[in-house]
Amino acid sequence: MLPIIFIVPIVQLLILVNAATMEMKHIDMEVVDLDLSPTSRKLINKFMGSPFFDIHKSGFSINQAKVDLLENKTQIILYIPLDFEKRLYKENKGEVQILIDAVNGMTASLANVYSQSVISDFNSELLAKKGTNVLINTRPKSITVENSYWYNPQLNFKFYMVPGILVILVSMIGVFLTAINIVREKEIGTIEQVNVTPIKKYQFIAGKLVPFWIIAMFELGFGLVVGKLLFKLPIEGSIPLLNLFAALYLLVLLGLGLLISTISDSQQQVMFLSFFFFITFILMSGVFTPEESMPKWAQYVNSINPFAYFMRVIRMIILKGSGFMDILKELVSITVFGIIVLSLAIWRYRKVV
Amino acid sequence: MNSFTGFVKKEFLHILRDFRTLIILFGLPIAQILIFGYVIRNEIDDVRIAVLDYSKDDVTLELTNKIISSGFFLLYENLTNEASVEKIFRKGKVKEVIIFEKNFAERLERDRTASVQLIADASDPNSASLVVNYTNGILFDYVKKQNSGFNPPFKIVPETRMMFNPGLKSVFMFVPGTMALILMLVSAMMTSISIAREKEMGTMEVLLVSPLRPIQIIVGKVMPYVLLSCINAVVIIALGYFVFQLPIRGSLIVLFGETILFISLALSLGILISTMANSQQVAMFISIFALMLPTILLSGFIFPIENMPKILQWLTYIVPPRYFVEILRSVMLKGTGIINIWPQTTVLLAMTIIFIGLSALKFKTRLE
Repeated sequence: MLPIIFIVPIVQLLILVNAATMEMKHIDMEVVDLDLSPTSRKLINKFMGSPFFDIHKSGFSINQAKVDLLENKTQIILYIPLDFEKRLYKENKGEVQILIDAVNGMTASLANVYSQSVISDFNSELLAKKGTNVLINTRPKSITVENSYWYNPQLNFKFYMVPGILVILVSMIGVFLTAINIVREKEIGTIEQVNVTPIKKYQFIAGKLVPFWIIAMFELGFGLVVGKLLFKLPIEGSIPLLNLFAALYLLVLLGLGLLISTISDSQQQVMFLSFFFFITFILMSGVFTPEESMPKWAQYVNSINPFAYFMRVIRMIILKGSGFMDILKELVSITVFGIIVLSLAIWRYRKVV
Repeated sequence: MNSFTGFVKKEFLHILRDFRTLIILFGLPIAQILIFGYVIRNEIDDVRIAVLDYSKDDVTLELTNKIISSGFFLLYENLTNEASVEKIFRKGKVKEVIIFEKNFAERLERDRTASVQLIADASDPNSASLVVNYTNGILFDYVKKQNSGFNPPFKIVPETRMMFNPGLKSVFMFVPGTMALILMLVSAMMTSISIAREKEMGTMEVLLVSPLRPIQIIVGKVMPYVLLSCINAVVIIALGYFVFQLPIRGSLIVLFGETILFISLALSLGILISTMANSQQVAMFISIFALMLPTILLSGFIFPIENMPKILQWLTYIVPPRYFVEILRSVMLKGTGIINIWPQTTVLLAMTIIFIGLSALKFKTRLE
C-alpha cells in the first residue's frame, strides 16, 4: 500500500505531465525547391530560422515528398515550383504550395498558422527591400493586434496538466481504494464478523472512510509539493481554500466508492464498474480537452460530474488565484452533492447489513 | 480433440454468464468511441468571450459582429472598464477579452492603423493560443477585405492543403487510438485476469493434470477473446465509418490483417502477464499500469509523439500500440498499402513472437 501511495504519484506526475504536451516545436519539414533561386533560398532560410520548423530533408521530387508524408517521415512539405522567382517579379505573385499532414487536425492547424506567419513576415521584408520605389501613396490599413496570455504567459502546458493529473490521482484513491477495501471484507466474509460486533453503522462507515479521506488529502498535498519542486508550478491562490474544497470533494468520492461497494459482490466487479465510470467521467471532466469544446449535452452531464467541478476549481485556484467568492457556486454544489451521495450510500448500506 | 472443444465451450460459458463483465466488454468500446467522437475535441466552438469597447463606433461594432457570427465565439458580456477584466477571468466565465482602443475607426482611417488588445486566459494554454489565433484570423480577414483594392507588389501566396483530413476533425485522430486501447484492454487484460483467476482458485492445477496439453489450455483460454476482440474491432470501425464518416482509404484486407496481428500480440502479452501474476488483483494492476497508461499516453493516441521529450520518445518504441496506431492511421486515413507500413508490421510481428516465446518459457517452469 505505502509504495503505491508514495511512488505512483511521482512516477505518474513525471511521465504523464511530460507526455501530455501539445506544445509544438520542431515540426519536421521537407523542402522541394525546384526553383533554386536567391529568393527561394531566402524563403527556406526564413523557415529554418523559425523555432517551429526543422528542415530535415530537401529533395527535388514532389512525389517522393508525398510518399514521405504517407510514411510519417515528414509532417509538412514546402513546395516551391519552377519559375517561382520569375513569376514573383513579373506577375507580382509567387506561388508556393504547403502540404500538411492533417491526421491530427489540431497540430495541423497550428502548423498552418506558423507557416502563414513565416510567409507573411517574408512578404513584408520583401516589400521593404524591393518595393520602396513602387509604393503607392495610400498605405494599406492595418490593425495592430497585441496578444497577452494571462496566468501563463509562456504557455507552459505543464502548468495546465499538473493540477489535472493531481485530480486523477486523488480521485483514484477516493473511489478505487474505498470500494475495493469494503468489498474485500465482503468477499472474505469478515464483514459478517464486524456486523455482529456492537459497533454502530455510522461508526463502521466513518471508520472505513476516514483513513482514505486522510490519505487522499495527504496525497494532494504531496502532489502539490512535487509539482512545485519539479515543475515549478505557480500556486497563485489560497491553499486552505483548495484544501476546503478538496475535503468536501473527497466526501463525494468516498460516498461513491461506498455506493459502488454496496452494489458489487467481488473485487473484479468493483474494478470493472469503477473503471468504466472513472474513464468516462475523467475524460469528460476536461482534463485533456477544454470543457467549452464539448457539445451542449456533455456540458449538462458535467453539471453532475464531480470530477469536472474539482478539475475546474483546482485550476482556477492554483493558476488564476480565484478566491472564495469566485468558486462559491462550485463549493455549494459539491456540498449538496456530498450530502446526497453519502446519505444514499449509507441508506443502501443498511440493506446489505 | 473432443475434450478440447469441451474446454473452449466452458471458456465461452465462463464469459457469457458474467453479465456485468459482458456489458462492460461491449459497452466500453461503444461508450469510448462516442465519447472520443463527440466529447473529446480540440476544436474551437462557442467559446465565451467578453468585449471591452472604448470606441463603440461602426468599425468596432462590425468587427465584434464578425467575431460573434463566426460561430467560434459567444459574446458573454460587454465590459466597461479594465478592472472587470481580471474579475471575469477569475470567475472562469470567459476565455478571451477583446479590447478596442479609443477612436478606433477614426485612427484606422486617419493613421491607417488601429490597435486591438487580445487578452486570453492561458491557464489552458492550448485553447488560449487557438482562440487568439482564430480571433487574429478574423481581424486579418477584415483588414484584407478593406484593402482589396490595394495589391502589394511581390507577394508570395502560399496554397495550403490539409492532406488526409481536410475538415481537421479530431475524431479522425482518436478513432484509431481508441481501437488500439480497446483491443489492448479486452485482449490482454481479460486474458491475464481469466488465467490468474484459475490460478487463484486452484482450478489451474486441475486443468494441468487433465489430458489437455498445455498448448491446448492456452489456445482454449485465448479463443473466446480472439472472437470478442474481432467483434469489437468490427464494431469500432463500423461506428467510425457510419457515425463519424471516418474514411477507410486503404484496403480492408490489410486493415483486418493488421488488426488480427495486433490482437495476437495483445493476447500473447496477456498470457505473459498471467504467467507472472498469481492473483487477479496483481494481474489487474500490471495491466493498468503497464498497458493502459502507456497505451493512452505513449502511443500518440491523444498527444503527438513528436512533441514529447526525447527520453519519452525513445520509450514509445517499446510500446506496441504506438506501431498499431501508426498503421491504422496510415491505412484508414492515408490509404497506404502494405509496402509503406512493413517496418511497423515487422516490429509487431517480432514482438508477438518474443512474447509467445517468453510465456512458453515461463509456463513450462510453472509446470514442474
